[in-house]
Amino acid sequence: MSKGRFGVHGGQYIPETLMNAMSELEDAYFKYKDDPDFNKELTDMLNEYAGRPSRLYYAQRMTEDLGGAKIYLKREDLNHTGSHKINNVIGQMLLAKRMGKTRVIAETGAGQHGVATATVAAMMGMECEIYMGREDTIRQALNVYRMKLLGAKVHPVDSGTATLKDAVSETFREWTSRIEDTHYVLGSVMGPYPFPQIVRDFQSVISREIKAQIMEREGRLPDAVLACVGGGSNAMGAFYHFIEDKNVRLIGCEAAGRGIDTFETAATINTGRLGIFHGMKSYFCQDEYGQIAPVYSISAGLDYPGIGPEHAYLHDIGRAEYVAVTDDEAVEAFEYLSRIEGIIPAIESAHAVAHAMKVAKTMSKDKIMVINISGRGDKDCAAIARYRGEDINE
Amino acid sequence: MSNISKAFEKGKAFIPFITCGDPSLEITEQIVYAMEEAGADIIELGIPFSDPTAEGPVIQAANIRALSGDEIVTTDKIFDLVRKLRLKVKIPMAFMTYANVVFSYGAEKFISTCKEIGIDGLILPDIPYEEKDEFDPICKKYGIDLISLVAPTSHDRIRMIANDASGFVYCVSSLGVTGTRTEITTDIGEMISLVKAAKDIPCAVGFGISNPEQAKKMAQHADGVIVGSAIVKIIAKYGKDSVPYVSEYVRSMKEAIS
Repeated sequence: MSKGRFGVHGGQYIPETLMNAMSELEDAYFKYKDDPDFNKELTDMLNEYAGRPSRLYYAQRMTEDLGGAKIYLKREDLNHTGSHKINNVIGQMLLAKRMGKTRVIAETGAGQHGVATATVAAMMGMECEIYMGREDTIRQALNVYRMKLLGAKVHPVDSGTATLKDAVSETFREWTSRIEDTHYVLGSVMGPYPFPQIVRDFQSVISREIKAQIMEREGRLPDAVLACVGGGSNAMGAFYHFIEDKNVRLIGCEAAGRGIDTFETAATINTGRLGIFHGMKSYFCQDEYGQIAPVYSISAGLDYPGIGPEHAYLHDIGRAEYVAVTDDEAVEAFEYLSRIEGIIPAIESAHAVAHAMKVAKTMSKDKIMVINISGRGDKDCAAIARYRGEDINE
Repeated sequence: MSNISKAFEKGKAFIPFITCGDPSLEITEQIVYAMEEAGADIIELGIPFSDPTAEGPVIQAANIRALSGDEIVTTDKIFDLVRKLRLKVKIPMAFMTYANVVFSYGAEKFISTCKEIGIDGLILPDIPYEEKDEFDPICKKYGIDLISLVAPTSHDRIRMIANDASGFVYCVSSLGVTGTRTEITTDIGEMISLVKAAKDIPCAVGFGISNPEQAKKMAQHADGVIVGSAIVKIIAKYGKDSVPYVSEYVRSMKEAIS
C-alpha cells in the first residue's frame, strides 16, 4: 500500500507529472513541521494577523431554549476573512514561501478558501489565482469581488457541473502545467498525500484550543463536538485532538441538499461508495459505472461529491458519526442562531447548528456540546433571502 | 513479448486515440476500422469519465459528448463494442480511462473482461508508479500491459518507472494536460535515453502532437507517436461524417513518421 493511508483510504492517485511536486511538498512539510522558527512564525501570524485564538462562547439563550445539553460555539467565524480557512492558508503559504514558490493557486467553493488565500497572498506579496465554478461565482458574487479587490485573478470554471469539484479539477490541471514556481494551496483535508495530513495539522489548532478552553471553563471534556463536513477541513480540525478521547462523540454534518433519498444531495457518507478521485481513495457520490455524480446543496462550500480520507476512516472504524442535514433544516438553523444568539453563521456551519438543535434536546442538562461555527454568514444573506422568496441586492 | 511491444517491431508506430461513444458507439466502430486501414499500429480507446482531470478542453468535451448523448455510453457497452471490433481488427487495442472507472467495476472483473474481449493494454493517467500495485498484479495475471507514463518532471523517477514498465513507456511531451501545442520544448531525446538506459522497451511520445512535422520530429527520437486531441477535434467538427477525415489524417501522420 502506498503512502498516506487512513485504513484503505487516502493514497496518491495523481498524474506522474505531479509526483515530484508531491515529494517536494512532503519533504518540506516534514522539515518544517516541528521546526521552532517555522512554528513561531506560524503562531505569530495566526495570533496577530488572523486573530487567534478564536473564542469559545457559551450560547446561553440557545441552551435554555432547547432545554438540553449546555452548548458552546467555537467562533471560527471571528477569524480574519471570516472562516476557519485562514488557519490552513497561513500554514501552507509559509511552507510555500520556504519552498521558494512565488505564485499560489487554489480552488474555492463558497469563496471562503479563495478569499483566505487571496488575503494571505496579498499580505505576503505572492501572485495568486483562484479557480471557482461559474455557478458558484454567481451564488457568491460578493466573495468574487473580495478576491479581486485583494489582487487575485479569479477564473470561473465552466467544465462539468461548474461547481467545487470542477474547480478542484481545474486547479490540478493548472498545477500540472506550471509547477516550478507554483504551490497549490489545497483548501480541505482531501486530495493526494500529503495534503490531507498537512491541512489537518494546520486546522487542528481548532480542537487544541477547544480542549484548553473547555477545560478552563468546565474542568472537563465535552460530550459531543459537531461540525459541518464537505471535504471536511473544519470538522477534522475540530475533531483531531479529541480522537483519542473515546467519550467525546464526534459528529460530522453532511449536506443532504433536498434529501438523501433524492438525487439532489451532497451527503457523501450517507449516499456514496468507495472510489478513487481527486488524488485519493475515499467515499464518493457516483453512479454504478464510477461516473462522479453531479451533487447539490444550497451551500456552495459543502457541494462536493467526496469526503476527506481521514473522515472516511473515522466512519469505517465507528469513531465519528456522519449525519445528513437538508437545505430546509440548515436555513432554519441559519435564521434560528441569528435570532437567538445574534450570530449569523455561514450556511455551511448552519448544517452543524441544525443537527445540534435536534441532538441537544435529547441530552441532559449536565452534558456539554461544542458546535464549530466554521464561518460567518454575511456572504449567504442574499442567497437565503432568495430562498425565502425575498429578492434583495447584494 | 506482448502484442503491444510487437507492434513497434515493424517501424515507428502511430497510435491514435479516440473517445468511445463520441459521437456514438456506431461511429467509434467505423473510425476504428478506418484507422487500422489507414496504418494505425495500436489504437487507444478512451472510456469516458465524468471528470477527466488529465485532459485538456478538447478531450473533456469528447467525454461530455459521449456521456450525454442520446445513447448513454457505459463500460459494458464499450466492452460489447470491443467484442465486435475484435472480429475484424488485428492490431493491438488499449483502453485509456481513469482509475475510478476500473475500480468501481471491480479491478479483477474489469481486467479479466479486457483479456476476454481482446484488449491488450490499459492506460490510467491517475495511477502513478506508487499506486500501480493495486492494478498491475491483476494485469500481469491476465496478460494485459499496464502502460507506465513518464513526464518532463519525472527526472530521477524515470529509472524506477522504466524498470517496471511493460508494453511501452508513454513519454508525456509537455507539462500540463492533453491538447494540441504549437511547440514542444521538452528534451524528448534525453527523456527517452533515460528510459532506454533502464530497460530496453519501446517509447511512444504523446501530449501536444497534432501535425505531420511534429510527428516526424518526435519519431526521430521515439519508437512511436500518440495523437489524441487532434483526432478528437476532427470528430468534434464532422461528427457522424468524420470517418473519411480521420482516415485521411491518420494516413498522413503514419506517412510522416515512416
